[in-house]
Amino acid sequence: MSLRSTLEKGEFAITCEVGPLKGTDTVEIAEAAELLRGRVHAANVTDQQSSVMRLGSMVTSYLIKEKGLEPIFQMTCRDRNRIALQSDLLSASVLGIENVLAITGDLPSLGDHPQAMAVYDLDSVQLLWVIGRLNEGYDMVGNELKGKTSFFPGAVVNPGADTDTALDFQILKLEKKIEAGARFIQTQAIYDVDSFARFMKRVEGFKVPILAGIIPLKSVGMARFMNKSVAGVFVPEELIKKMADAENKAETGIQIAADLIKGLKDVCRGVHIMAIGWEKRVPQILEAAGL
Amino acid sequence: MILSRQKPLEEILEYLNGEKKVFLLGCNGCAQASGTGGPEQVEEMKARLEEAGKEVTGSDVIDFLCNKALIKSRLRNKIKEIEAADSILVMTCGIGIQATAASVNKVCHPACDTVNLGGSRGEWVGSERCMECGECLLEYTGGICPLTACTKGLTNGQCGGASHGKCELSPERDCGWELIYKRLKDLNRLDILKKFIAPKDYSKMVPEPGLMSTSRWALEKTDAKEGS
Repeated sequence: MSLRSTLEKGEFAITCEVGPLKGTDTVEIAEAAELLRGRVHAANVTDQQSSVMRLGSMVTSYLIKEKGLEPIFQMTCRDRNRIALQSDLLSASVLGIENVLAITGDLPSLGDHPQAMAVYDLDSVQLLWVIGRLNEGYDMVGNELKGKTSFFPGAVVNPGADTDTALDFQILKLEKKIEAGARFIQTQAIYDVDSFARFMKRVEGFKVPILAGIIPLKSVGMARFMNKSVAGVFVPEELIKKMADAENKAETGIQIAADLIKGLKDVCRGVHIMAIGWEKRVPQILEAAGL
Repeated sequence: MILSRQKPLEEILEYLNGEKKVFLLGCNGCAQASGTGGPEQVEEMKARLEEAGKEVTGSDVIDFLCNKALIKSRLRNKIKEIEAADSILVMTCGIGIQATAASVNKVCHPACDTVNLGGSRGEWVGSERCMECGECLLEYTGGICPLTACTKGLTNGQCGGASHGKCELSPERDCGWELIYKRLKDLNRLDILKKFIAPKDYSKMVPEPGLMSTSRWALEKTDAKEGS
């Protein structure tokens, strides 16, 4: 069942992530699509993730769709101005891509082309509004389209924002995103079900399904790196210790992810598994979580 | 105030390749304030070029090199030194270099790079910056400009990259939207953040058509007055 119908029917949704590689070799993408097809409702295709130049997210979305895996076309505002963003949305629509996730995008200075000029002609809220316009049959300045889009737009939120101000702001911006047309929300990685439940309490009035982010831990180093360098991700010491003590790190990481999913099942409307290179282990994680 | 930075000597010597004699020209305005083209730097440059085997036929420092009428009248006293030189090395901003090149019938080499000021249009105490966007948003942001305070210039609120109140660009830099939020909270105006800020009209950030051919427009008018 499609992501849209799954969420509209109120069923628990599972999404994951496919990251295009640097280059024209698409074998791994095809393999991942093959493996994930039927196990998840849809897969996000990242857009030049971390500002590292790679194969495009629209073409990769199309490739996995052809393999039977429903894509969520991620779109950042970093690399394209409003003309290119709208044109790419029309193109994606023609390719049969239905889900779009609108995000701001990391600064180029974080990636492998720090010399690049950042665009940010639109921001994520404005992009969502633009998607809504295209769905209505108009471009953002009001010109009528010959053939309109029918996107299911999504947005992101970071429930782990680490100051009160930032968290208040995340919630306020979430509200703006929903008003601008977001129909589903995916979150940054969650490692503490209780504090996520408190966040969910604060946004329960919003009536838009929220899918909690899961990043399976692969090592202690990875957990420490995320705590230090990834905004809004906090891996509790207890989980780091579990990883440190584990004989089989992979198995333990998968088990931790599965336990988190079990805990989150009653708290939100779905999970979004960002496996970062472990795409092939997603079915294993889902199985361990009883999904 | 225009900020300039001296080019590496290596690069300047590359420009002077094949030439033996050079005339040095500095500026007592912004270039002096930038420490790139005042009297002191012109003397230093003379010594460095001589050490590199060049002959400096003469030098002058003018206030200011953006004023073409002044350049012409001042350099009249230096015609011999300039004629003796293969070229002029101009130690100032991009405007001064262009104004000199337009005033003197001689090859003018730039000695400086003009640095982007990131919205700063003057020197003053404080961190406020204005990008002259032509569509002021300060009403909605507690008097803190989101275009300059946020490294992404976002207008609808903070991105997910902020950490501990700092920007993802650097832990040294405050998140502009965090500052805006605190300011509006103090003013009891947080509600205003809910307003959807429509995409900006960036065409308003380009100089108006009358100014498009050159931002030296105002200076040209000054020159005309002085010339008459």
